[in-house]
Amino acid sequence: MWRVGTVVALHDETATARTITLSLPDWQGHVAGQHVDVRLTAPDGYSAVRSYSIASAANSEKQIEITVERLPNGEVSPYLTQELAVGDQVELRGPIGRWFVWRTDQREPIQLIAGGSGIVPLMAMIRSRVATRSTPAFRLLYSVRAPEAIFYRDDLQTLASEDSSVVVNYAYTRTVPKDWPRLPGRIDKDLILSATWPPSVSATFYICGPTGFVESVADLLNTGGNRRENIRTERFGPTGERK
Amino acid sequence: MAIISRGFAGRRSAADAKLPPGQYLTTDFPVLSAGPTPRISLDKWEFTIDDGSNVVKRWNWKSFRELPTENITVDLHCVTRWSKLGTHWEGVSLDTLLADVKTDAEYVLVHSYGDYTTNLPLDDLLDGQAWIAFRFDDDDLAPEHGGPARLLVPHLYLWKSAKWVRGITLMHEDKPGFWESLGYHNYGDPWREQRYSGDE
Repeated sequence: MWRVGTVVALHDETATARTITLSLPDWQGHVAGQHVDVRLTAPDGYSAVRSYSIASAANSEKQIEITVERLPNGEVSPYLTQELAVGDQVELRGPIGRWFVWRTDQREPIQLIAGGSGIVPLMAMIRSRVATRSTPAFRLLYSVRAPEAIFYRDDLQTLASEDSSVVVNYAYTRTVPKDWPRLPGRIDKDLILSATWPPSVSATFYICGPTGFVESVADLLNTGGNRRENIRTERFGPTGERK
Repeated sequence: MAIISRGFAGRRSAADAKLPPGQYLTTDFPVLSAGPTPRISLDKWEFTIDDGSNVVKRWNWKSFRELPTENITVDLHCVTRWSKLGTHWEGVSLDTLLADVKTDAEYVLVHSYGDYTTNLPLDDLLDGQAWIAFRFDDDDLAPEHGGPARLLVPHLYLWKSAKWVRGITLMHEDKPGFWESLGYHNYGDPWREQRYSGDE
């Protein structure tokens, strides 16, 4: 049930996040949005496992990409983002999850809303849509701290210029690019109105990010008239509210 | 045969001994939910027990809060691998709620506001193993953690402790709930590491 993946490529997305491409000879494929459990074992047998979303498209290739954000006091993420080298092997299990997924036979419009590294499973959805030349119109609203915190910058830029059916909008919470029309700030009611599908199109919403982000965005969508059953969420990280 | 990661030390603490396999300790209280957090006003809240066709017990917030409560200190284990030790709750025992319910049902389906469901054997709700909790750490239970009230069944992975609980259906045959239909284990014992369907 645990399989062995071999690192075939490493790519830094930002100063703290790295994409790891793993070769998996017996991989049976995945659905966009799913995650894998990664297990590291120390020389004395101690092991630690964490879950990471798959960033690559659902396809038939025998390899996947995961993107790992280094957490300041993390146990596994510092190793994966700083020590792991091409040729190393790690154990993994998956793909896991059948709720926060986008299947290529879905036909309704799709609204993706990412906070920080919450972009990872949503990028798998965008890449799957592009790879299968699927028809539904996609929108992405991507909230980041600053321009340099954007993952998959090149892919997203290419998309924005080549494929008008995937619309990408950014929200910058602390630092905006030069000449950006908005002040830095969190996603608010106005941005939901201007950058997401209106309730009338019955889009499916996928929201992924830290808990506070997901709570706030899901509430805005819900009070804005979107039906609860059209809103799927995936949360990670601490609440920041309780000890 | 495990693959050894040269240079990986990991972080071990004395508390790891108390943790189920594959879990790590957190002092925070992460949140996992499949959708938006429902907001339920106390004057609309109710909790029911039904047998699949008829409601056999019903409480509103006032009558529920008149029931005897217990203070509970328990460890929580989430399938996403965090564990939180020694959490303090106040709630009403399922033994109290089910005290004069006559049934030969063996399973229950727990329902929540927002349409979440989870299934478990009735025996796992009895004998001081489960509560409907409404206070956490001396505060009213926050909506994102399941308030006004959630099931607390700490000997199973935390997805079984349904947030925003609204009622339970007694069943003669088992029926998978929300996560149990989506690839997660039907029972979910953290000490046997029953995370996903297919785990023994």
